[in-house]
Amino acid sequence: MKRWIEKQRCLLDFTLSSLFRRKGKNIALVLVYTLVVFTLASVMMFTQALKKEAALVLRETPEIVVQKLVAGRHDLIPLSYASRISQIRGVASVKERLWGYYFDPVAGANYTVMVSEDPSLDEGEIMVGQGISRLRQVYKRNILSFRACDGNYLTFKIKGTFEAESELIASDLILISEGDFRRLFGVPGGYATDLTVKVRNRKEIPTIAAKILQTVPDTRPILRDEILRTYDAVFDWRGGIIMAVLAGAILAFIIFAWDRAAGLSAEERREIGILKAIGWETGDVLQMKFWEGLVISLSSFLLGVLLAYWHIHFTSAALFEPVLKGWSVLYPKFKLIPQVDGYQMATLFFLTVMPYTVATIVPSWRAATIDPDSVMRS
Amino acid sequence: MRKSDIFWRFILVNLALLGLVFIHAAANTQDHLSRLKHLGEMVEQLKLTDLCLTTEAPHTRNPSQADWHTPFQTHPLALEHFPSGAVVGPPELLRKSYEKMD
Repeated sequence: MKRWIEKQRCLLDFTLSSLFRRKGKNIALVLVYTLVVFTLASVMMFTQALKKEAALVLRETPEIVVQKLVAGRHDLIPLSYASRISQIRGVASVKERLWGYYFDPVAGANYTVMVSEDPSLDEGEIMVGQGISRLRQVYKRNILSFRACDGNYLTFKIKGTFEAESELIASDLILISEGDFRRLFGVPGGYATDLTVKVRNRKEIPTIAAKILQTVPDTRPILRDEILRTYDAVFDWRGGIIMAVLAGAILAFIIFAWDRAAGLSAEERREIGILKAIGWETGDVLQMKFWEGLVISLSSFLLGVLLAYWHIHFTSAALFEPVLKGWSVLYPKFKLIPQVDGYQMATLFFLTVMPYTVATIVPSWRAATIDPDSVMRS
Repeated sequence: MRKSDIFWRFILVNLALLGLVFIHAAANTQDHLSRLKHLGEMVEQLKLTDLCLTTEAPHTRNPSQADWHTPFQTHPLALEHFPSGAVVGPPELLRKSYEKMD
């Protein structure tokens, strides 16, 4: 056993010397390989963390949201619908929600404006998210004015801002009183944006949703499960543009790595021929090539995974920010829950390290089985 | 020092760092869980339905509440908000018809 270990160490020494002789090519290969692993691992960690955050935060969303549809578009819902829905057996309570979007031409950003149920929020007062505070440079007790639907400006005193850790749900949120909301957007009394329904028995949610559709057919009930599934689908790492863009890069890398690993250069063939001529056996050549593949792929895998974790959890996924941000002016700052899944790491390992290591062995076996004399002469 | 020794030390350092990654993730999860519990209470109290990830358009800010054809209604020349609109995929409702009524 000791002899075998010493032999492997010697082979590894030789392999590393051989790799350093072509260091330009091999360093470039490790860099590209690391970049591919880094990108794949970053996408996996980012989507896993977002899925986990969405699942934990949104499990408290309303059980059913009822929207009114007119000609396929979301419309204001009459409050009379609430009394009709509350008569359905199994419904515990129905409450209206008043919310909407406000485009702020000063900052060029969209805000979500929502009526607060908090009675301590008086007319003329608002609560704003950290994103708005940062963007408009406004803080507690400052004044913010918005252009109402009739063209007049309404001024609001900022009662407070949401804490920084709530940015993932409330960065662009403005809480406002009901009277101010109706004045700002011209929403008439007796109407709401949508209704939320609380159900007595959670198992009955789909049945009650079906009954809501029977009672008020021009509505669309959105279930809590559907909201959670939406986020599951949105962040599914197999879907989305990131993977689509990556697919091209990964294919290019596979071709590059395959060409590098599978196509031996004349110099490498000559090297194998010389080794055979001085007494190396085919098995020794294959072991040397195995070490060559392992050195490159294992180093790249470890570096790629470590860099990906640093990118997602220490820089808050800085490289993905432009993708999510798109054209939006207001972008929340948030730290994600660290997610490292052993199963996903193992999958990534077998998808990146194993194919390259195997791919280096096959052409070497072909070269190592040919007569050394003909290999050196060719 | 032999080259193989340098290589194995490099791999061992990386493996140790990978181990630290798992420890860091496990150690920080509890803090994050209490933060997420607080966010869950806010969601329940304010009756929120979506995460604030990308605010440029209604269907990317509140994907679960969006109209079925909002992506094409921002203005006549705006077909879609790219790339955020491409990352935030269509809501579940669009891909599955609702429960059959008869």
